[in-house]
Amino acid sequence: MKSRIITVDYLARVEGEGGLSIRIKDDKVVEAKLKIFEPPRFFEGFLRGRSFTEVPDITARICGICPVAYQMSSSHAMETACGVSVEGPLRDLRRLLYCGEWIESHALHIYMLHAPDFLGYQDAVQLAQDHPDVVNRGLQLKKVGNDIITLVGGREIHPINPRVGGFYKVPAKKELDTLTERLKWATEAALETIRWSATLPFPDYEQDYEFVALRHPDEYPLNDGRVVSNRGLDISAEEFLDHFEEEQVKHSTSLHARIKERGEYLVGPMARYSLNFDKLPAAAQEAAGEAGLGRVCTNPFKSIIVRGVETLFACLEAQRIIEAYQAPESPCVEVKPRAATGHWCTEAPRGLLYHRYQIDDNGDIKDARIIPPTSQNQKAIENDLSHFVGDNLHLSQDDLTWRCEQMVRNYDPCISCSCHFLKLDIERE
Amino acid sequence: MVGKRKPKLAVWKFASCDGCQLCLLDCEDELLAVAGEIEIANFPEASHRVVKGPYDISFVEGSITTPHDAERIHKVRRASKFLVTIGACATAGGIQALRNFADVSEYTSIVYPSPEYIKTLNKSTPIADHVPVDFELRGCPINKYQLVEVLSAFLNGRKPNIPAYSVCMECKMRGIVCVMVARGIPCLGPVTQAGCGALCPSYDRGCYGCFGPKETPNTSALGEAWKRLNVEDRDIVRAFRGVNAYAEPFRKASEAYEK
Repeated sequence: MKSRIITVDYLARVEGEGGLSIRIKDDKVVEAKLKIFEPPRFFEGFLRGRSFTEVPDITARICGICPVAYQMSSSHAMETACGVSVEGPLRDLRRLLYCGEWIESHALHIYMLHAPDFLGYQDAVQLAQDHPDVVNRGLQLKKVGNDIITLVGGREIHPINPRVGGFYKVPAKKELDTLTERLKWATEAALETIRWSATLPFPDYEQDYEFVALRHPDEYPLNDGRVVSNRGLDISAEEFLDHFEEEQVKHSTSLHARIKERGEYLVGPMARYSLNFDKLPAAAQEAAGEAGLGRVCTNPFKSIIVRGVETLFACLEAQRIIEAYQAPESPCVEVKPRAATGHWCTEAPRGLLYHRYQIDDNGDIKDARIIPPTSQNQKAIENDLSHFVGDNLHLSQDDLTWRCEQMVRNYDPCISCSCHFLKLDIERE
Repeated sequence: MVGKRKPKLAVWKFASCDGCQLCLLDCEDELLAVAGEIEIANFPEASHRVVKGPYDISFVEGSITTPHDAERIHKVRRASKFLVTIGACATAGGIQALRNFADVSEYTSIVYPSPEYIKTLNKSTPIADHVPVDFELRGCPINKYQLVEVLSAFLNGRKPNIPAYSVCMECKMRGIVCVMVARGIPCLGPVTQAGCGALCPSYDRGCYGCFGPKETPNTSALGEAWKRLNVEDRDIVRAFRGVNAYAEPFRKASEAYEK
């Protein structure tokens, strides 16, 4: 077989609208494209002229699966611009909210979007016909994540409670305590998820990635930390644009991000895990070891196990926060606007999420820049497609196509997020 | 209507955040039961499998923002017996309809490094501007219990029981003290359709209009009440220009306060 073309017009079980095309000539992959045709929504455009207090509500609408990530990165960036730091119980509550989103998003991806690939099912409903216990475990685990978001944030999609400076209302200790029993169950379910996912059949595929994630001296990263990589990058969020750039390509409405000096890199669970293994609780490290993961994971198909490990971490961390929680006197700290620029990164379930805002003395937004995880991963995804297909040309067209789709889903791409950011370079007076 | 064959459900996405279709997957306790009553025939976010149309019921998420989508929605309509829009994007144009208040044609060509790669319309418009819609489910996001109600009404051949009254009614039913009257917090509740369960007032904040205008909303009276709370005109404009900015009563209200 000399020339082949692998095409998927509309990728299923991913968030948003995308496809892929791979061209093979003389048994070599000559082109691998992740095609993103999601219509752009111009968030960076219409954020201009809005008030700095509106960003959590507006940017949440970028993504229905990870709205908390947008609320967190945007609020932190505004607080930094205004010289305010949110600490103590309010910081912990934000971390708790984020744990809820990780549990919800990871459980959704592991059980409903990714697992059917490994087991040859079209979807989780089909999977449930043969393995009802597995799917129910996933659904209930996902529900625990949603319950945390609902309690702390008001509702699971586009939470209404987070604001710049903290929250509108903080839960009483006894309200959070109602989650404890469910979290104990979820911890067991997460352990079971790790054990079960380790039994899935994994293609033999390893890559030497540049991993990029946050790193914090005391904790596994969620809201806070420096941006580091396994190739020596170690910068603050303010320096992000000095080291990363975005370019537009014809086959995608999402800009492609790259490290200026070196090119493609990878963000997300595998990067976080590999750069922060030492910050995981002992129980999570142990469960990872039993599932056959080392301190670093370079097989993207095994990201399903890593998501299980992170789900376990989030369940344990949520319990730790609830146990130590004492309701603060005020639900938020006062944030007074000033003319400044604020940058921040947090860890969305699918990876690093950078926000930058420039505001004036009234708190009106003059400029906004948002770089979501999926646009950062596009080049890594295309490289993986190219390498994997190159190594597996012996597979039939159907098998190879299936594997390519699975490869894209390894990244849990969030396509709606990725393509709403097209830079506006003109000043409007 | 239903017969022995399971009705076929399709879920379609246009410009959106995916949150409303995620509401279906967020029905953790009901999802497998729903899947027992309905054949999920075309739902790319959840399944690899695509069963050919026509479909008995289509849920449409997202607004129309590209020439391609303006064509595609007609195909969806032709393939669907019942077409239900889900969420603020599909029903009112969504947050991305904020572009409708700017001169997009002026800046698109200047903005992109390669504008010829991007095909976009000047306005983000709701589905009903393009094709007849059988039912519009409001919310940003929709309420998942209202989604189940719409499905259940469809399965039983009855009208969905979705109230069109205001968020104020939900506050009264929940016994929440009015945040605007008692605490002076500006609130869109009096002109916003119920459906969230008066969520924001229950968290000590004013409603910001996720479910769009209620039936017969008195936006000018509310605007004047906000002014008495010393809210500036530009902030009244911002309030009406949220996720339902292009819904007509909110659009007119924001334009009235824009100088």
